[in-house]
Amino acid sequence: MTVHEIARLPQLETVQLEEDRTADRVFCCDMLSIAMARAPEDSIWVTVMGNKNVIAVASLTDVACIVIAEGYDFDQDAVDAAKGKVTLLKSSQPVFETASLIHEKLR
Amino acid sequence: MAGLVQNYTVDASDFSSAGEASGNVKKTLKKLGFAPDLIRRVSIAMYEAEINMVIHANGGTITVTISTEEISAVFADVGPGIPDVDQAMQEGWSTATEEVRGLGFGAGMGLPNIKKYADVLDIDTTVGVGTTVSMKFFVKQGGARL
Repeated sequence: MTVHEIARLPQLETVQLEEDRTADRVFCCDMLSIAMARAPEDSIWVTVMGNKNVIAVASLTDVACIVIAEGYDFDQDAVDAAKGKVTLLKSSQPVFETASLIHEKLR
Repeated sequence: MAGLVQNYTVDASDFSSAGEASGNVKKTLKKLGFAPDLIRRVSIAMYEAEINMVIHANGGTITVTISTEEISAVFADVGPGIPDVDQAMQEGWSTATEEVRGLGFGAGMGLPNIKKYADVLDIDTTVGVGTTVSMKFFVKQGGARL
């Protein structure tokens, strides 16, 4: 499964699409310190945090894509920082429902 | 130890720029062909130390040395120092403010993460004077083409 295929799910909205890559699991976390330690490489990270630091953490841990849930938005400087690095998607649904949806698709 | 040396300055309380040094080092290591696992370990440990500098130490300087045998990163600050290093090394222990926690930091994972990912970690700290955090990552054979 690739990030672009996940982005085509009707329940998700594309914020910024970057180069396609494979994704193999979902990761949920809002504490960046924990994400830094535990975010798996090639994962789709579902969070409600939309600041620029999220992009730095995703980039350093090689996360494949970030999905901001609960209808929250990424900060504009986060969107700018993600250019050329990581795909950003958004969901109006809660974290669990969003992650479950993606998990089902990845299975 | 001869090698490529990079110097960075970390601005005080500038959360938005934190990660620039670790991001740049990651790019450099990728270009030089180091193993992905080593790059991930260096990136994570460096980012944690960078964030710690912003949160606790009013910024500081970073010196990174890259050679075929090892990668070292020295984070030096003139912040308040760490009164109890053993306590600070415990997972979950944090003195971060509510504002910092609101940004997603302050879970008390910084130093434990650095210890987990670095091959060598040395913390030299004096209360009221500052802290120097030195970390080393050993390069396994065939891990680089410097």
